[in-house]
Amino acid sequence: MDVTIIAETTADGLHPVTSQLVGAAIAIGGTPTVLCPGGLGTTAAASISGVSKVIGVKGDCFNSFDSGAWAAALNPLVSDGVIIAASAPSGREVAAQIAAMRGIPIIQDATGLEVGITVTRGIYSGKAIEVSTVTAPCAITLRANAFDAAGKGGSAEVSTVNQSADVAVAVREAIAKASERLDVAEADIIISGGRGMGGPANFSHLNEIADMIGAAVGASRAAVDTWDEIPHGMQVGQTGKTVTPSLYIAVGISGAIQHLAGMRTSKYIVAINKDPDAPIFGVADYGIVATWEAALPALKEELGKL
Amino acid sequence: MVGLPKIHRGGFSRQSAGDDMGIAVLLKQVPDTTAKISVSGDRVDETAVSKWSMSPYDEYALEAALQLKEAGAGDIVAITCGPTRATKMLTDAAAVGVDNLILIQDDGVTDSTHVQSLLAAAVKRSGSDVVLCGKQAADTNGGSTGPGVSHLIGAACVGMISEVSAEGDGFIALRASPTGNERVEVSRPCLFTFDKGATELRRPNVRGIMMAKKKQVETVTSDDLGVAIGTSSVSLQSHSPPPVKPPGQKFEGADSVPVVVAKLRDEANVI
Repeated sequence: MDVTIIAETTADGLHPVTSQLVGAAIAIGGTPTVLCPGGLGTTAAASISGVSKVIGVKGDCFNSFDSGAWAAALNPLVSDGVIIAASAPSGREVAAQIAAMRGIPIIQDATGLEVGITVTRGIYSGKAIEVSTVTAPCAITLRANAFDAAGKGGSAEVSTVNQSADVAVAVREAIAKASERLDVAEADIIISGGRGMGGPANFSHLNEIADMIGAAVGASRAAVDTWDEIPHGMQVGQTGKTVTPSLYIAVGISGAIQHLAGMRTSKYIVAINKDPDAPIFGVADYGIVATWEAALPALKEELGKL
Repeated sequence: MVGLPKIHRGGFSRQSAGDDMGIAVLLKQVPDTTAKISVSGDRVDETAVSKWSMSPYDEYALEAALQLKEAGAGDIVAITCGPTRATKMLTDAAAVGVDNLILIQDDGVTDSTHVQSLLAAAVKRSGSDVVLCGKQAADTNGGSTGPGVSHLIGAACVGMISEVSAEGDGFIALRASPTGNERVEVSRPCLFTFDKGATELRRPNVRGIMMAKKKQVETVTSDDLGVAIGTSSVSLQSHSPPPVKPPGQKFEGADSVPVVVAKLRDEANVI
């Protein structure tokens, strides 16, 4: 079965999630061809074990993001089998447009894929699990960190194709992020604060701990809505980001159902809350009934010893 | 707006203010985000849903549409594809200022291609050349509808935006980018998908609620829209509740922090 993988790329080259897309494709018996938008990351893609072919797609349209233009440029190189892309903002949008161009169904944000093809994904932001079957041709996007990555050691043939398309979305101004802090959607460890933190200035304690362990700092919807200083980009939950880190530390977060929906699939959850009846303790692997004022200095000290 | 023609089931209507002007907002009614989702047999039990609401990201799209209308970008048609209960959501949209309401009956709709074809046909028929919707619905969490519809109607797609304003013949939108945000420019026809917007959806006033009660919802079928719903290669097997986590360990007081850190290191191996 031909599988066309739309590589997820960054300014630096290939995004590591691409190896997970390849791993998932091979696991369902696919022969993966990797398309690299803008010709970025082709060497890295060719070194992923199991990749049969890499095509760098170069064109002016890849200088900025216009999902319609990207899809139009990539579509002629897509085979009739299964299209796999990352469930990242750009991957989802481009895959949806390619699916619409080809008139084939798309299933987004899969967390499991089996031969057949059987697709597992969360619905209602993880309040339920949906299993469906689909046959090729189809498009499927995969959630980051839900699939085992293919190893290194591949030596696929690399070719370059010049293929562009008309751009309809012009970037007028790029506005850099206020901080260089890791995004919650990308992080393997997240420490999040809620309204129990008392005020936005107290998030500095979370930042300090995050810096010690390479974590991203997140927030509950209540914190984001209450304090202008806490941007929506930090929000974890049903109207924010759905995350699956190895470790999620919730501080001063009561655990509203919308928040739980966004983080309950984290591998390990630590909750620090002064209210012993807070719902967050229901999903926590390790709960600490304490104020953040007491617990965070102790946490800082212990992590410093590691 | 006064003097708009009454719309009737299945009738062609073009309600925009100018030659090509008109705003369409695509809405979906979903279980409220505070609602519990229960699974009965191997399907989500929709009859157990305590409250149905407009999908949160669609609310941001609707508020932005209302602001564009106020800036003179045209009248608004709200379009949904769903069951009869979604009529209430359309009426709620009318109460805050939507001009025309279309309910597409969703019989036989099973995959992304179906719903996109129906919505695209309804948008085309309305003559709208600016379309706004949420980045994804709060039930299916897909996010394919906006980009798919944009292709089918031949519109530019700008995803994940939080603000949009009219400028000249086109629009300026603020969207998330990997390095922060970008202000982008786009011309009609175009489609925007909304991340969390800058402004919450306004509340209706009494007059709006009264007017909305009189507003007719145009109900159309796939036949009315000239869309043939074929079979699908997607087949739903089951719904299930999320796996239940075994109860965790709970400790009293900040003195327990060293114990928990040791467990994270030795038991969980995550730090």
